Amino acid sequence: MSQLALVIDLNVCVGCHACVTSCKQWNTSGAAGPLFDENPYGKDPTGTFFNRVQTYEVGNFPNTETIHFPKSCLHCEDAPCVPVCPTGASYKRENDGIVLVDYDKCIGCKYCSWACPYGARELDEKEQVMTKCTLCVDRIYDESLPEAERKPACVMACPTNARLFGDVHDPDSEVSVAIREQGGYQLMPEWGTKPANHYLPRRKTKMHIHEDELVRVDNPLKKEDIRHKTTKDVTLDDWLL
Amino acid sequence: MHPAFSVIFLTTLIGAGQGLFLALFSGQLYSAVNLLPAQSSGFYITGSIIALVLMVGGLAASFLHLGRPERAWRAASQWRTSWLSREVIILPAVMGLVFVYGVLHFSGWQPDWFGNGMPNQPALIVGAITTLAVFVLYIATAMIYASIKFLQEWASVLTVINYTLLGAASGFTLATALAAWQGAGLTGFYGSWAVILTLVSLITRAASLYRNARIKYKSTVQTAIGMRHSTVVQKAMGMMGGSYNTREYFHGASAAWFRSIKYIFLVLVFPVPLILLWAGLSAASVQVLAVAFVVQYIGLLFERWFFFAQANHPQNLYYQTI
Repeated sequence: MSQLALVIDLNVCVGCHACVTSCKQWNTSGAAGPLFDENPYGKDPTGTFFNRVQTYEVGNFPNTETIHFPKSCLHCEDAPCVPVCPTGASYKRENDGIVLVDYDKCIGCKYCSWACPYGARELDEKEQVMTKCTLCVDRIYDESLPEAERKPACVMACPTNARLFGDVHDPDSEVSVAIREQGGYQLMPEWGTKPANHYLPRRKTKMHIHEDELVRVDNPLKKEDIRHKTTKDVTLDDWLL
Repeated sequence: MHPAFSVIFLTTLIGAGQGLFLALFSGQLYSAVNLLPAQSSGFYITGSIIALVLMVGGLAASFLHLGRPERAWRAASQWRTSWLSREVIILPAVMGLVFVYGVLHFSGWQPDWFGNGMPNQPALIVGAITTLAVFVLYIATAMIYASIKFLQEWASVLTVINYTLLGAASGFTLATALAAWQGAGLTGFYGSWAVILTLVSLITRAASLYRNARIKYKSTVQTAIGMRHSTVVQKAMGMMGGSYNTREYFHGASAAWFRSIKYIFLVLVFPVPLILLWAGLSAASVQVLAVAFVVQYIGLLFERWFFFAQANHPQNLYYQTI
């Protein structure tokens, strides 16, 4: 049994919202019709998005880091939104683990969105049905697309390759290897929903610059004759004018 | 959470309707074994009609909550897993049973099946089944909320107890006014039970307020995004205006108004109806007893608003700032 999912690398996400816009573009022009938007250019724009990038600041000034945090439906293995649905409109596919909403059965009672601790579901205010990330189910199985493009729109759009897509139950898949080797984790593990989507944590990266790497032969534009006196621990700041 | 008036009216109206039926049937049961004076069938018919009107009103309000009410019939399909489906099935069942109960009193058909001279045995049997269904409906309604484990204010047995007791209390208060109006000899019986149920529900509702004031939330912004640092502040939530998530999960009231609603409902649901019940029973005044019910019902609207608004959904951790 496979479980398709996204793995999002927070170490390389730069918060450019390309995944948000490509998701909106792909899904708003899909078979289900446009995703709701109201006052897109007005004072209080609002609308339905399957994917949003949020920004958090971690730490105390000056030792802070900015975390850009994309969040869409996590396609939980034990999805709490499914059993509460009174009509069976919300369901989890047996063969690939994608959680979907049957828009023709949904009565818009909002119970599934209450039952999702992640806020991954949004009511389409025009159609009055619940919507959510489909993992681009209409892309990933579309045989008219070249095989390399059978991926969710957000994965295709990400300029930094922060989003990986694959089967988290296959131990040899790209996503499983990434989760295993880079400490992939789940959101709100305390509720036992077992989200399929994982996140790869921020990592500390260090760069050592030795003085001989900055001499003119490697760095022809550097005018080292006007540099300040450097200390033994050379940092980039020492080269500023 | 953002309280929806449709759900507030649904839960309070059917709660009072169910409570009124419980009052009617207990009155009939006590009369059947000669613990209370027998009542005319007109009293039970009027009572059944009022209970039905309350439940039909609740059902109508519930349709306003649906985005696609024309598909509401589908909502009965997942009774194996969804408490909402169970409520959708049991609510019409209770309404049908109350209707049958009223019709049996209206028909004048009173066979003595068991040969023990008990009056109106068919209505007693239907009433017993209805009583069972009424309790199942209280549980189904409350479990819709109590079964969402990460809404920690709701995920408690106190939710079920309060829905049942508050519904029964308002139903018995209404029954007291009804008995006084119809000149039935049950005013004191219903009045005493209305007082008892109101006092007991005061204890259980206060217990849930006490519990909710001391909740330690399992989810924090750290578990929400998986950052193990004591200081995590959201700087942007990915949108410039609002969204469904910002509207549906916050009550939108100011902190002062939110707190005052708690005191409004604590006064309107408990002490004021108790005083009015006492005054109405001493003076045998239909008007005062009717006012007791109206005040308690209005208080219950505030109580339900507060119940919904108080729940703090963990998804709000992702939507803290523009």
